[in-house]
Formats: sequence, structure tokens, C-alpha cells
Amino acid sequence: MTATSAPRTLYDKIFDDHIIDQQEDGTCLLYIDRHLVHEVTSPQAFEGLRMTGRKVHAPEKTLAVVDHNIQTTDRSKGIVEEESRIQVEALARNAKEFGVEYFNELDIRQGIVHIIGPEQGFTLPGTTIVCGDSHTSTHGAFGALAHGIGTSEVEHVLATQTLIQKKAKNMLVQVDGTLSPGVTAKDITLAIIGEIGTAGGTGSVIEYAGEAIRALSMEGRMTLCNMSIEGGARAGMVAPDEKAFAYLKGKPKAPHGAAWDEAMRYWQTLRSDEGAHFDRIVKLDANNLPPIVSWGTSPEDVISVAGSVPDPALIEDETKRTSKQRALDYMGLTAGTKMTDIPLDVVWIGSCTNGRIEDLRAAAKIVEGKTIASSLDYAMIVPGSGLVKQQAEAEGLDKIFIAAGFEWREPGCSMCLAMNPDQLKPGQRAASTSNRNFEGRQGFKGRTHLVSPQMAAAAALAGRFVDVRQLG
Amino acid sequence: MQPFTTLTSTPAPLKVINVDTDMIIPKQFLKTIKRTGLGTALFAEMRYKEDGSENPDFVLNQPAYRKSEILVAGDNFGCGSSREHAPWALLDFGIRCVISTSFADIFYSNCFKNGILPIVVSPEDLEKLFDDADRGSNATLTVDLEKQQITGPDGGTVTFNIDPFRKHCLMNGLDDIGLTLEKAPKIAAYEEKLKQRAWA
Repeated sequence: MTATSAPRTLYDKIFDDHIIDQQEDGTCLLYIDRHLVHEVTSPQAFEGLRMTGRKVHAPEKTLAVVDHNIQTTDRSKGIVEEESRIQVEALARNAKEFGVEYFNELDIRQGIVHIIGPEQGFTLPGTTIVCGDSHTSTHGAFGALAHGIGTSEVEHVLATQTLIQKKAKNMLVQVDGTLSPGVTAKDITLAIIGEIGTAGGTGSVIEYAGEAIRALSMEGRMTLCNMSIEGGARAGMVAPDEKAFAYLKGKPKAPHGAAWDEAMRYWQTLRSDEGAHFDRIVKLDANNLPPIVSWGTSPEDVISVAGSVPDPALIEDETKRTSKQRALDYMGLTAGTKMTDIPLDVVWIGSCTNGRIEDLRAAAKIVEGKTIASSLDYAMIVPGSGLVKQQAEAEGLDKIFIAAGFEWREPGCSMCLAMNPDQLKPGQRAASTSNRNFEGRQGFKGRTHLVSPQMAAAAALAGRFVDVRQLG
Repeated sequence: MQPFTTLTSTPAPLKVINVDTDMIIPKQFLKTIKRTGLGTALFAEMRYKEDGSENPDFVLNQPAYRKSEILVAGDNFGCGSSREHAPWALLDFGIRCVISTSFADIFYSNCFKNGILPIVVSPEDLEKLFDDADRGSNATLTVDLEKQQITGPDGGTVTFNIDPFRKHCLMNGLDDIGLTLEKAPKIAAYEEKLKQRAWA
């Protein structure tokens, strides 16, 4: 809508296209096309609307689902934990009162908010998408500008369908080369975070480009964009291409017929112009990229599976050194220990990062006909949505997992943030396909190592980390 | 929202980098449907022992810092989850100002919605402020938002940058939604234009 001659990035284009008003200091009022809502970060926002007598401005652009709090065992008799039930009931009530579409815990379409958005075609290229959840960056895989917001902003979007924003910086992450078999989008993102640090993308929107990104499936791109926030960037995005369009075509909430054709004409313009300015460019070579495992309590604490636990004593900066030593103490690890020598107690596969059908297929392929190590306390698979679960069962993946000794659960966020009963016990060590290895994240004093689904599956069989590249 | 003008307090040093919002408020406290009463949950896993008693080593449990309204912390404060329960817990405990070398974007934005001032300083200034904070109740900092200045116990000053619009809203305790609704005709005009896009 604004015509400029200077070459623009994909982010510039989508941002410009949504400006309603711009103040002299650059503060913009941005239109929000899609708003996803879940039970944990919305009750106070709806309460705010009630207290001020405001309505939801555009209920048809809002979609609510429960995911964070619910148990992953049988839900036919309701939510077991009282506080969780109250929060879930509050969302159901709020959705009804304010006229917002809502997928409850028994709906086949229910699932993790960032899995159901794309699955329903609610997520579309060129749109602005927000949710009171930091992993909203996931939707950027489709060339949307998508990011997490706080509850006050949730209320703001509900009331006005807009957000007050300043333009972020443009950062390009260029990944060329070809991934080795068994090395995945998860390894790319962990390697990038290891390189730039968890504050590396602060104040920026990341665009991922290059041969290795083009080669990723849409699900791989979602994994990649999902963890942009772990590198400090509110949003990450990939220019939409034929893969993105093919994924969306025919999805329930995607445009159909003439509207689809019209959308396509616009979507095909969604790429950074030749010569567009990026404030920072980071390059990664996919050739020879190893599977990555985290060793500490920040997603920047990563190393090759073939490596050893690093020594914090070598860090010069005092605050950083003591912080990393604290991480090692928390993790119960000693510098120099080979990553493949670390024994595991739990393996968990799921989350908005790695709870989609391709993740489950990849894990099933590794464990088919085998059994998990007897040294494990348990291994668990939590599909990202009801539809992912249904598809997996149609392909017989559930039987493969159950035969191998995994628990096969109902969809939700589960142990990724452990708000529901799926939690590590103090001292338990997990290989997890989730996104955060923070202290206490997966349970009080629980120890998390972030890995890909392939690495988690292989670790479940061995009871320790193994290099998936060495599997036959 | 309570306006923020000036604040004088003993600063509490939290010498940890990458303090994430899970650390600021662990998930078991997110099941509330209210914004208030989260102060006791602030930094719960560092602040309390497994039996629920206070961990005397944690900074906010030490006599000098129990009533601190200013927190001085390591780089990348507030990373991770978007949970606004983090600033709600800080505010309910009594903290109105956090000083660090950088903040995660979502947390930074959430602070302003709750009358909390996040201040970004250089690594050198942070070291000085850590030294001031280490002096406990013998030292106070004064934060003046109008002047964009921190004054230390020995009269030294550190100036800081802040976005003018955010400063204006914070100093006057303004409600964002109210301000935006004043632009309702512009929103309506944008939506009118959107109607030309059948797919959007």
C-alpha cells in the first residue's frame, strides 16, 4: 500500500502493509490479522474487557484453544487438577461470552496453539499473527509476521485488533549446503542459537534463507521459526514458496476458489527484494553440521553430540563464568564428560517445536521393532494436536511406539513447560524435543537436554545420547 | 497503572545472566486467573528451599534487600516465555525498576504495561551499579525518569535512553487501549480497505 523504491525485506513489506498510524517517534499502530488465544495468558485480558465494558473487536479473527494446562491422559471425564480446570473453564466461558471460536479438550482439532494455526489454515502468508505465547514465531514459517505478546497486549488486540509496535531490525540467517541424513531443522536452530546467543536476535526479526532452508519441509521450517525466540528474536520468517502454498491449499480456514487465486497473486510477491538491507547477517554451513545436544540451562548452551561438556573456568567474564558454572552444577555434569556418556532417565517427544507428524514419523522409523532402554524411567510421546494423533494412528505409529515401550498420550503442551502432571522429578535427566532447558522448566530441579526427535528416539533405545548419523 | 516518576531504593544485585521468565515465576503459579498476589511466587525456585523455607543465600532474602524496589541484573534479563506474570510478580513484590545490559523484547514491553521501568545500561555502568548494590543498605540509587538519569550513592550519575512514547505513557500512567481507541476511525478506515482482500 505504501509505494517505495528502495528495496525492502520481507519483514519490511509485511510491517508496512499493516501500518494504521505512525507517530513522529516511529511508534506505529499495526493491524493484527489473526489472534490465537489459550487458557494461561488470556483470563486477565478477558477480565479487563469485562471491567471496562469492551467487546472483542473482531471475534472472527480470533481462535481459542486449550493446550498448556490439560492432562495428556484420558480427558473424557474433564480436567483433573482443580486450578487447571478453573482456567480451562474460564477460557470456555470467555470464548462463549465474547463470541470467539473455541476448540475444547475433546475436540479433534484441539492441540498446541502453534500446531493448530497452520493445520487449520488460520495461519496465512503476509498476515500479522499474535498470541500470548512466545513461540508464536512458529507461524513465520509461512511468511507471516508472527510473534508473542504479553497479556496486556492480548487485551489490547482483543479490544482493538491492533498492536502498538516499533519497527524491529532486520537480521538475515543464511544457511547454505545440505544437511547430513539424521540432521534436522532442530539442529540448525540449536546451532544458530549457540552461535548468536540467546540475546543475539534481541530487537530483530530474523529471516531465514538459503539452500538448506529451501530444502526444509514446512514442518522443518516451523521448527526453525519456532525457536527464533530462543535466539532473542520475537519473530522469525521464511519467504513463502510452493511448499507453503501446497501445505495450506484446502485447509479449512484457508481461502478457497477465487479468493485463493487472489491471495496467491499477493503471496507470490512476499520475498525480500534484491539488495534489501539487513542490519546483521549470520551464515551457517549445513554441510557437516552435526546433531546438536544442549548441556546447560540456556538454549545457547549447546554442543555437537560428538563433543564434551565444556569447561566454564575458561570463560573470562566473571558473571558469565559463574552463570555457566551454576548451569553445570544444576545439570549435575562435569566439564570434559563426553555427551554420549551421559545416562538419561526420561525421553520426551512432543511440543510446538517437534510435535508434528513428520517428527513422529522420524522417531518411529528409528524405534520400529526395537525397545527402549531398561535403564529409563519412562519415555513418552505427546502428539501436537488431535489431528496429528489421528494421522499417526492411521499410519500405525502409535503401535510402533507402544511396542517399543513408549507411552502414547493425548495432545497438549505437556512436559514442554510441565504445567500439567507431566513433570520431571528433582534430579531426573531428560532428552527432550522441546525448546527450553531452563532451570525447573520441565519440573522442579529436572534436567533437560534439548535434541531433535531423531536424537531423542535414538537416545531412548540406548539410554544415553548416540550420534544418529552412525545408525545404519 | 501507577505512574513512574522518581524512585529511591537500595538496589538488589542479581548477578546472573539470561534470567528467564521461568526463573522469575515458575509455571505452577501461572494457573491463576488474576494479576495480583504473585509477589510470594517471585523467583520461587531460587528463593525457597524444597521444604518451603527461605533460602538465606538468595539476594531478596537478605535483610538489606527485602524491601528493594530496584533490581540490578545480568545481561538478557527476562528471556523466554511471554508470561506477563513475570512483571506482575516483580510489581507485587515491590520492584518498580530493573537495570541490566539488555532485556528480552517481550518482557521489556510487558514492563511498561505495568508501571515498571526497565533500564538498559552499558556493561561498565552495570559493573558500577553492581558495586553500589553490593554495599547493601549503605547505598541507595535514585532513578529519575524525567531526566533519564540514575544517581548513585556517591553522587555519580548514569544517563539512559528510553523511547519517548513509552516514557510519556509511564510518567502519566496511561492506558494503551484508551489511547488506541482514540484512533478508532483510522482502524475502521484500514478495515474498509481490507475488505478488498477477500482472503484476508
